[in-house]
Amino acid sequence: MSETAEAPGPVTIVETPIHLDYKFTPGVAQSRFLRALERGEITGQRCPKCQKVYVPPRGACSMCGVATDEEVKLSGKGTITTFCVTQIPSPGLVPPYVTAWIRLDGSDITSMFLIQECDPAEVRLGMRVEAVWVEESELVPDLGNIKYFRPIDEPDAEYETYKDYV
Amino acid sequence: MSNRVAVVGVGQTKYAAKRQDVSMAGLVREAAKRALDDAGMTWSDIDAVVIGKAPDMFEGVMMPELYLADALGAVGKPMLRVHTAGSVGGSTGVMATHLVSSGAHKRVLVVCYEKQSESNATWALSIRLPFTGGSVTGAGGYFAPVIRAYMRRSGAPDDIGIKVSVKDRLNALNNPYAHLKIPDISEEMVRESPMLWDPIRYLETCPSSDGACAVVLTDEDTAKGTPNPPAWVHGTAVRSEPTMGAGRDVVNPHAGRDCAKDVYAQAGVTDPRREIDCAEIYVPFSWYEPMWMENLGFAPEGEGWKMVDDGSTSMKGDLPINPSGGVLSSNPIGASGMCRFAEAALQVRGMAGDHQVDGAKLALGHAYGGGAQFFAMWMVGSEKPNA
Amino acid sequence: MKSFLRDVAIVASATFETPSEPSRNEVEMLLPVIHDALGQVGLSQGEIGFTVSGSSDYLQGYTFAFVGALDAVGAWPPIRESHLEMDGAFALAEAVAYLQEGHVDTALVYAFARPSRGDLDRTLSVQLDPYTVAPLWPDARGLAGLQAQAMRDSGRYGDVPDVTPTYVGDGVTAVILATGDRARELTKTPVWIRGIDHRIEAQMLGLRDLGSSASTKLAGEGAGATNIDEAYLHVLYPHQELLVKDALGLDRQPVNTAAGPMMVGGLERLATAAKSIAGTGKRAVATATSGACMQQNLVAVLEGAAA
Ligand SMILES: [Zn+2]
Repeated sequence: MSETAEAPGPVTIVETPIHLDYKFTPGVAQSRFLRALERGEITGQRCPKCQKVYVPPRGACSMCGVATDEEVKLSGKGTITTFCVTQIPSPGLVPPYVTAWIRLDGSDITSMFLIQECDPAEVRLGMRVEAVWVEESELVPDLGNIKYFRPIDEPDAEYETYKDYV
Repeated sequence: MSNRVAVVGVGQTKYAAKRQDVSMAGLVREAAKRALDDAGMTWSDIDAVVIGKAPDMFEGVMMPELYLADALGAVGKPMLRVHTAGSVGGSTGVMATHLVSSGAHKRVLVVCYEKQSESNATWALSIRLPFTGGSVTGAGGYFAPVIRAYMRRSGAPDDIGIKVSVKDRLNALNNPYAHLKIPDISEEMVRESPMLWDPIRYLETCPSSDGACAVVLTDEDTAKGTPNPPAWVHGTAVRSEPTMGAGRDVVNPHAGRDCAKDVYAQAGVTDPRREIDCAEIYVPFSWYEPMWMENLGFAPEGEGWKMVDDGSTSMKGDLPINPSGGVLSSNPIGASGMCRFAEAALQVRGMAGDHQVDGAKLALGHAYGGGAQFFAMWMVGSEKPNA
Repeated sequence: MKSFLRDVAIVASATFETPSEPSRNEVEMLLPVIHDALGQVGLSQGEIGFTVSGSSDYLQGYTFAFVGALDAVGAWPPIRESHLEMDGAFALAEAVAYLQEGHVDTALVYAFARPSRGDLDRTLSVQLDPYTVAPLWPDARGLAGLQAQAMRDSGRYGDVPDVTPTYVGDGVTAVILATGDRARELTKTPVWIRGIDHRIEAQMLGLRDLGSSASTKLAGEGAGATNIDEAYLHVLYPHQELLVKDALGLDRQPVNTAAGPMMVGGLERLATAAKSIAGTGKRAVATATSGACMQQNLVAVLEGAAA
């Protein structure tokens, strides 16, 4: 190196990868939910105080701060209370795709799921949908058992029946 | 009965996508030093340091107050670290206020920051826990359905979000620290920008910024000796509600309404629309401005969009919202709430420069976080509060 | 904390610790402990004025861990609430400041941690300077070894024990605070917080005297840790007991030490001290520590009103 060489510029970034492994425990309530999924069923839990049904259950009613125990089997049908059409790529998904907040029949809270087998432009508030499962041989204790939701041939729900579920 | 608290110093960094000219320590020092200069103080004048930021995994540093203690002059002093999701900039300010009002400390330095360019926030937000399925689509994917529900509920015309975007970007042109500056911003430009999470367009979203924001809080006696006019804290409040609660309203959250009522009551405000001169509120997606107008009690339910439509929230309106350009123009996540609090203070100190609201005497700073279940607010005024 | 506008007491507490929680999630661990603490003084969650917690995302293994934990509290109608990414003892210090304001007169402080999910010694490396130290992955126990060696080299401590970690794996602690008359209403044996202070040191080990704990000494002075009858010290390794005793000038007093679970252990020390001296008229000191080689330390002075 000659002495007249230009001084190197400042270091602006260094890469220091962090790798940490964790063993995750889903919890008692969620374990029961996952075992139900393994059987091809969706179960919620009812709050002993306010009687509302949570799905997926987390073992507590977060509004009342009490443990939930009573299992409630749900049909897998529900109503879209609101949704989003995503136009940007996401791993494993081709835009445009729809994610919807779905209130499953018999539950009192919404969960977010993909909507497929339907033109995104056709998705609307109040649309009735059902869960589409993986093949029975592929059932595992994972929410991924439900591939997505698809429309069913039922009239849209009235706005008044779902407007408070967002 | 508690002691009066004054904001005597404010410091901000230039917000930018990548501040690779500084380390994390350099970034927080830049904001802290400017706040100390404004307060006419040096590091040794400070009794305690409080920092706030969003999740540690954003930068890959666990409990970063430990690493930053030296850089922020905290050695030998009390130092605390707040983390309440996106509301953290606000809740850190609220907590620091309590450290002074309680008489525990006379001079507290508060610093919030995020250096998103040093990690991958989208990754950190999308850690997929086992067994949980996966339809994670980022913050936009979470909030777009809420906005759609608001549009249905209020019947708002669909150009309201566009109008907010243009207003905040125009305001940002008058703020030297703002990240996004789009001089030729127009409604057409926003409308034509790509739809990301329908109904949210690209130019209706906040940027991802590096940056830090700091304030110096003091008791009444100390404030007498500072070089620039103080902002007086007239009220602070925080409220939280459950994330996954059966029966909560994500569009018009109960926690936000309660938080606003609390801070108004402390400040003796009975008609917020008329009594408050301007507000800096947390609007990461344009539609959140009309939604928060209702949640904050500035407009009746279902009518917040009318304040946008008739220009009430512009610099020329009766209640300018986000004169600084807001989160839509600069978004150092963990600091974004503190920016709102600090900008509200600058307004009532008459130190907001080119984005000063004429004669502002009472201003609201607002932050929210998570899935809109965490809220933090403060009211600041140019005059001392009663008792 | 120099002087209080309002006296604050610990009126109830509950703790659960286990080497490795096999089945329950954070909410399921917290619920019975919070209910236990509330039940001791007949309070319902709706009567709590301020709620604050301590936890760490890096120990839990995902972002926003405190958000889900709030499900255990029943935050409805919405509550006044905050969270520190610190040991719950620091959250308790925030609650004491909050209660001075006078708007509310009770507080719930809780902390939770599941470090058994990961490799704690390795995880704690991520606390260090991200540019020059953390990339070398110095493990927590190795750093504590440097501290023990510095103590040996100083010749001030006699026999300095080996660095055997004493952390408990997982756990939760909940503490109920109340002010003045409200505390006396809730229990016949309130334990008054007479002083609480905490201080931090530089992180870089080369800038510190590892053979003493300057921050514990300053916090002890700030909290007024004199005339102490009993001590409840948060130490992660046996040698650290010597440092804390030295910094606080403890000699003849009975000393009870524990590490507890990370993020919970400090709050647990305050809770255990309060339980032990309740109704005795005794004065205790309790400590909490954080960071490599005790970088940050909290000292609380508690007085159990005689029953
Ligand atoms: Zn319930």
